Amino acid sequence: MTDMEIVINGEPRRVAEPSTLLDLLETLGLDPRTVVVELNREIVRRPRLGETRLATGDAVELVHFVGGG
Amino acid sequence: MTAILTTPDTDFDTPFTLGGREFRSRLMVGTGKYRDNATMATAIEASGAEIVTVAVRRVDLDRRKEESILHHLPTERYFLLANTAGCYTADEAVRYARLAREAGFNEFVKLEVIGDRETLLPDTEGLLQAARTLVKEGFTVLAYSNDDLITALRLEEAGCAAVMPLASPIGSGLGLLNPYGIRTIKRRLTVPVVVDAGVGTASDACVTMEQGVDGILMNTALAEAEHPVAMAHAMRLAVAAGRAAYLAGRMPRREIAVPSSPTRGMLG
Repeated sequence: MTDMEIVINGEPRRVAEPSTLLDLLETLGLDPRTVVVELNREIVRRPRLGETRLATGDAVELVHFVGGG
Repeated sequence: MTAILTTPDTDFDTPFTLGGREFRSRLMVGTGKYRDNATMATAIEASGAEIVTVAVRRVDLDRRKEESILHHLPTERYFLLANTAGCYTADEAVRYARLAREAGFNEFVKLEVIGDRETLLPDTEGLLQAARTLVKEGFTVLAYSNDDLITALRLEEAGCAAVMPLASPIGSGLGLLNPYGIRTIKRRLTVPVVVDAGVGTASDACVTMEQGVDGILMNTALAEAEHPVAMAHAMRLAVAAGRAAYLAGRMPRREIAVPSSPTRGMLG
């Protein structure tokens, strides 16, 4: 198994290849129900996380709700 | 403590409807800047608020075990209102709104498009542009706005479900700087007017509600009070008092005194 470089929340990271978004969340210890995922500026809905494969150079944003006014 | 936190008599009041939903409390609160989540949760409870705002931010990948704010905001009890705080362009605000909706709670968004880093005053052009896009996409848009009537009218025309003019700049605690402007907006708009930002203490909230607006949203006034829970209680009473006074209809202002006791029957 090889790995590839992607950008997560603005930081370069190496992940296993192949990986889906769901694999990525699992690796990061994040519950898919508590984060919203954007891949290359497009939102990926929860049911599609497991079928969406990552490719070298992908930009992933993982966001959630925080305190705010 | 709970004994004095009873809901004031709202018999005279009409329900507060926002984006097709009915609420009892006219006080909405933010969740930012509290010293800890427990204080936040207790303060929000003391405020009686039902609508609670949250922001959308990147997950901190190094501190991901941190407790989620949602853990303290049971959704059967609170209506989560996501904001687009920190956005400086319409595109950015639309992107944040879409992410917020995807979190799956509701289609409401408190739209902020900021135009200046020092004052955090809204960017009218970006605000209108983002409002039109989001309304077209089915969002219920509550637009944070300045206290300008024309901007408020344009936001209403754009299909916003509420306009939220500021009392004074975000986090300033300067209170209601332009009561005339706020009254005018309220008089001319059909959609609810909720004053958002700038309230510093209970008297500010009371005076704001006395202008006849439908509600108030505040954050810093509670979070940065010496005792946030006690201030939340004060704000709850102030909003209810201001609303009740508005509905009661105040006496006219006069430049001269009028005696309260009879002038007849004085000793000769």
